[in-house]
Amino acid sequence: MTSSTESSLVVSVYCYNPEADKKPYMKDYSVAIPGGKDLMVLDVLNLIKEQDTGLAYRRSCREGVCGSDGVNINGTNGLACVTALSEVMTGKKKLVLRPLPGLPVIRDLVVDLSLFYKQYEKIKPFLINENPAPATERLQSPEEREKLDGLYECILCACCSTACPSFWWNPDKFVGPSGLLQAYRFLADSRDTATEERLSDLDDPFSVFRCRGIMNCVAVCPKGLNPTKAIGHIRQMLFSNAT
Amino acid sequence: MVKNITNLSRSGLYDWMLQRVSAIILAAYTVFIGGFLLTTPDLGYEQWSGLFEQTWVRIFTLLTLLSIAAHSWIGMWTITTDYLNSRALGGKSVLIRFPVQLICFVAVFSYVVWGIQILWGQ
Repeated sequence: MTSSTESSLVVSVYCYNPEADKKPYMKDYSVAIPGGKDLMVLDVLNLIKEQDTGLAYRRSCREGVCGSDGVNINGTNGLACVTALSEVMTGKKKLVLRPLPGLPVIRDLVVDLSLFYKQYEKIKPFLINENPAPATERLQSPEEREKLDGLYECILCACCSTACPSFWWNPDKFVGPSGLLQAYRFLADSRDTATEERLSDLDDPFSVFRCRGIMNCVAVCPKGLNPTKAIGHIRQMLFSNAT
Repeated sequence: MVKNITNLSRSGLYDWMLQRVSAIILAAYTVFIGGFLLTTPDLGYEQWSGLFEQTWVRIFTLLTLLSIAAHSWIGMWTITTDYLNSRALGGKSVLIRFPVQLICFVAVFSYVVWGIQILWGQ
């Protein structure tokens, strides 16, 4: 994809406008790719947008920080802004873009993330500490702070949860990999005192235990995080906490 | 906390642990019976009845039967709540899911009773 001459790329995009279309369909676009550059998938979407201004997709920071542009790229979830064409086009003739699977489509590549956020809200994603606030701040040792590495970096792009079959079947009951990574982020935080309450909220057959260890979440996370490992830690905490 | 009324226990942790403990018991029983079959030449009625007349074998077999019941119920409950829920079948999914769960329960319960009958019956 980095040849010095301009090339043409066929991009098949999932299109659905509920006000005009009876059902979704795939629409092919021919996109001129400038020579000498390895474009990101978001750049390709922007080029398509020049042809078809009605195409809907989310994007904001275009550098993998905001988590807005999660899409399904050639069958794998990822952030369009940090996924290079060279990564996804090896051995492929066509770029296929679909919305994140398992959630209702609002329009084209835009999905309704309400259920995803509802699960995030459920795990109480904020520090709970009943002790009186100190004069300056709640200090942590470097070791305590280190426990949050690999957890706090989640940007809530929903790539992991929408790649998880357990979340597809029960998005209203299973917290999902993203929410559980965040749940463990607060369980592991030395400044949080609501460990018992958090664990008791998770001890039902769906919230945590619907994870079957498929590990799609680990395979697709654009930030290289490991929700399955965090879920394992939550299970261990639940187990250690029980009699 | 998601409320459930049809799973084995009210706790996800308990079901999770029971599924693993029962799996270990099933594996141990498989090794035991496999070993007996391999080490007993000319297997016939006398050898079988001799084996199952021993109380510890009956207890081990009953434990295995109960493990099958718990393991299969947790597994089938998980499958029915994954694939026969309102997301897959619509608002009246309970009309399909509950009868399927009932069939599973009756089958599992019958196997346990039947097994006890075989083990301690005449």
